[in-house]
Amino acid sequence: MPKEEIIIRLGGEGGEGVISAGDFFALGSARTGYHLFTFRTYPAEIKGGHAWYHIRVGSKPVLSMGDGTDVLVAFNAEAYNNHIGLLNENGVLIYDPDTVTPTNGNFIKYPIPFNKIAKEDLDFLRGKNVVVTGFLAGLFGLDPSSLEGLIKSRFRRRPELLDQNLKSLYTGYEFSKKIEKADPYYLKPTERVGRLVMNGNDAISAGALLAGCRFFAGYPITPASDILETLAKEFPALGGVCLQAEDEISAIGSVIGASYAGMKAMTATSGPGVSLMTEFMGLSGMAEIPAVIIDAQRAGPATGMPTKLEQGDLNHALYGGHGDFPRIVIAPGSVEDCFYQIINAFNMAEKYQTIAVFLSDQSLSQRTQTMNKPSTAEIAIADRLRPTPEELKDYQRFSITDSGISPMSLPSEEGGMYVAPGLEHDEYGHVEDPMKSRVAMTTKRFRKMEKAQKELEAPPRYGADDAEIGVIGWGSTEGVIREAVEQAVEKGYKVAAIHPKVLCPLPEEEVGRFISSVRRVIVPELNYSGQFAKYLSATFAIKPIRLNKYVGLPFTPGEIFRKIEEVVNND
Amino acid sequence: MTEQLAQLTVKHYKSDQKPIWCPGCGDFAVLACTHRALTNLQLRPENVVIVSGIGCSSRIPYFCKTYGFHTLHGRTLPVATGVKLVNPDLTVLAMAGDGDLFSIGAGHMPHAAARNVSITCVCMNNQIYGLTKGQTSPTSVKGHTTKSTPYGSISQPMKPVLLALAYGATFVARGYSSKTHQLADLIAQGIKHKGFAFIEVNSPCTEFNNTYDLLDTMVEELPKDWDTRDRAGAMALASTETKVHLGLFYKEERPAYEEMAKAFEKNVNAFDANAYLARFA
Repeated sequence: MPKEEIIIRLGGEGGEGVISAGDFFALGSARTGYHLFTFRTYPAEIKGGHAWYHIRVGSKPVLSMGDGTDVLVAFNAEAYNNHIGLLNENGVLIYDPDTVTPTNGNFIKYPIPFNKIAKEDLDFLRGKNVVVTGFLAGLFGLDPSSLEGLIKSRFRRRPELLDQNLKSLYTGYEFSKKIEKADPYYLKPTERVGRLVMNGNDAISAGALLAGCRFFAGYPITPASDILETLAKEFPALGGVCLQAEDEISAIGSVIGASYAGMKAMTATSGPGVSLMTEFMGLSGMAEIPAVIIDAQRAGPATGMPTKLEQGDLNHALYGGHGDFPRIVIAPGSVEDCFYQIINAFNMAEKYQTIAVFLSDQSLSQRTQTMNKPSTAEIAIADRLRPTPEELKDYQRFSITDSGISPMSLPSEEGGMYVAPGLEHDEYGHVEDPMKSRVAMTTKRFRKMEKAQKELEAPPRYGADDAEIGVIGWGSTEGVIREAVEQAVEKGYKVAAIHPKVLCPLPEEEVGRFISSVRRVIVPELNYSGQFAKYLSATFAIKPIRLNKYVGLPFTPGEIFRKIEEVVNND
Repeated sequence: MTEQLAQLTVKHYKSDQKPIWCPGCGDFAVLACTHRALTNLQLRPENVVIVSGIGCSSRIPYFCKTYGFHTLHGRTLPVATGVKLVNPDLTVLAMAGDGDLFSIGAGHMPHAAARNVSITCVCMNNQIYGLTKGQTSPTSVKGHTTKSTPYGSISQPMKPVLLALAYGATFVARGYSSKTHQLADLIAQGIKHKGFAFIEVNSPCTEFNNTYDLLDTMVEELPKDWDTRDRAGAMALASTETKVHLGLFYKEERPAYEEMAKAFEKNVNAFDANAYLARFA
C-alpha cells in the first residue's frame, strides 16, 4: 500500500542549501496538487550552524508538522545525530555515506554520495542541494518538470548557473531510478487544483494590499523583513510609499502620521521592535488614529533566539503601554488566516480608529502552506468614518457618540481642522481643561471596544458535541491543536476546541459558553508563563490546565494529544 | 471652482486658544512669526499641518488654526515624515524644542535631513528643560547650573546649526525670537524650500534660563555677502563660541524625497488582487 502522506526532514550546515533543497521539493509538490505544510529553522548566523527544513505533504489537508518524520535527509553527521531519534518506525534515512555513518536501526537506508556526485560527476559542488531535490522527486513520485519551472525562476537572474542546476536536478532524479526502492512512500499524480501556496508573510502582504494599505514603514528584523521587502517592491506601481525607517519608533511614528493624513498604513516587526513602538500604541489610542502593527513573534526576551519561535508577546500586545486605551489584538492561525485576518485587522483599526496588533510568529510567517484561492470580490473592506458637510460646520473631531466612534477629518479638508492630541482633550480636541472631559472621553474610547466585541464573528467550535474537555488555543497552533483534537475524538475522548482569532476584544460570550460547556479547559501555548491561560483566568475566573512549550519549536500533534489523554486519565 | 478667495490675514491662522507660556517667553514670538509667515505665503490653513513633540514649545499647534498633531516627546519628525509622504501637497512644519530634537529624538533628524523630505523643522531652542521646571538640556552651555546640574553642566553643548549642516540639510538657518521680522522671513523661506529645511530659533525661557541680555550681546547678522552655498564656511561659523550668527547659513537644491519616491502619484494602477494572488498558484 503506497502511503500518500510524507513527512520529510532535511538537515545540514546553514548555507549548504538545505532550505532551498526542501523548498524546491515542497513547492513542486504543492504545485502538483498536494497539500503542504512546512517549518523551517535556521541559525541566526548567515553561514554555518545547523539548519533544518521540515515538509509535510499529503493528498488530504495537512495542518501541522505532524509527528516525527518519515524521511530524514542528513547532509552531515550533525543532522543525523540531531534528528535520527525522530525517524518514525520503518522510516527512510537518506544520507551521504562519505560524511554520515549510521548505526543499524529499524529504518530503511539509502546511502547516496551527494557530495561526490556534485563534485566529480557534475563538477558543480553548489548543485548538491538540487541533486537532493531531484533524488527526492524520483524516489517519491514527483514529476521533475514541476521542479524545472521553479529552478528556472529561481535562477532567472543567474542564467550562467541555470544549466548546471537543471543538470543537477536530472542527475539526482536519474540516480533515484538506479536504487532499489524499499519504502512505501509514493505521491501518486494528482489533479491540479486551484490552490495557492505561500508563506505567512506573503499572505500578510497580499492581504494588506487588498485591504488598501498604501503606506508602510519598517526597520529590518527577523522574521518580519519579508513584508518590508515585498511592499518596497510592490508599492511604487500602486502609488504607495514604503519607507525603511531609522528605527522602529520612527517606523510606527511615520505610520501614524500617514494614517492621520488619511492613508491606511502599517508596520511589521518582531518583539524587540514592538517594545520600542509601545509609546506610540498609546498615542494611537488617545488621538484615535488607526494603524496596524505586525508582530512576527520570536523567542525573547531581549535578543533571545531571533530565528526561533515563541508565543511570548501576547501580554505585550494586550497590556503594553502606559495608561488605559482601547486596542485590537488579532492572532491568525494559518497562512490562509494571515490573508483574511490582516484584512480584518485593517477593517477593525479603521472602523474603531485605534491600534491593531497582529500576532504572527516565526513559524507562521515563514511557514509555506497551501490554501484555497480567495474569492476576492466577496471580501469586505472597511474605511474610517468621515464627517458629513453638516458635521464640518462645527466640527468636533472627538464628538461623543453612542458607538464611541467619531467622524475623522483629514488634512486639506476645509472645516475639518483640529489638533490630534496626545493630551486628554474635549470633543474639539482642546486640551486646556482635561479633567472636565476625562471621564466622558475615556468611556467614549472604550465604548468602541464594546461595539467591536458585539460585532465579532463567533469562533467556530469543533470536536465532540458532548465534550467534557475543552481545548482553547490562539495563534499559529490552530492546525496542530485541530489535528490532536481530531485524533482524540477518533479515539473516543470527549474533547472539543475553539480557537478565537480576535483576542482583544475577546468574543467573551462564545468563549464563555464554551468554557461552561466543559469540565476541564486545556490551554496549549508556546511560552513559559501561560500568557493566554492567565488572560482566560482573569476574564472567566477559571483555572485552566496549561501545556507550555518554550524550546523555540512548534508543538507536534502528539504532544497535545498526550496532554488530552493525561487529563482524561487523571479525571 | 475658480472662486476668488479672500485675502488671508494673520487672524485666519490664529486659533481661539490662549497660549499658556510664561510672560516674556520667546515662543510667543515664534508663534507670531509662524502666523505671519503663513500669511505672507497665503497658504490655505487646511493645507498646513503643524506637527510638534513635547515640551513648552510643542504646544504651538493648539494656537494655530491649521491642522496639527501634538505627538510624543522627540517624535516630531517621524510623524511629520508620514504626513508629508502621504500627501505631498500639504505644507508640513515640524516644530519642537531642543530636548525633542537633540536629546530624546536625536536619532531622527539625521535621517530626515539625509532623505530631504520637504518639512520645515523649527527648533525652539531655550537651552533648558522648561516644562519640567529647569533641568539641563543638550544645548545648555558648559558650566550651566540647573536643578539637575547643581555643580554646573559638564557636557559640551550640542550645536543645532552645525549638526544640521553635517546631516546634509539643504536649508539651514538661525533666527532669534527678538528679531521677528527676520524670523518670519526665515520661516517663510523654509516653507518655500524644496527639501528639508532646518531653522534654529533662539527662544529664551524667562523662568529658568533668561538669556535675553546675553543673546543681545552675542547675536550678529551673517556677513552681507555671505555665500549660502559654502557649507564648509557655514560649519566654521556655526562652530563659533563667541558669536551667535543669524540668517540663512546654507541652501542647496537637491531633489526632495517625496518626489524621488514618487509619493502617491495620481493615475497609478489599481491593485489587481486576483492577478497578484495568481503568482502563488
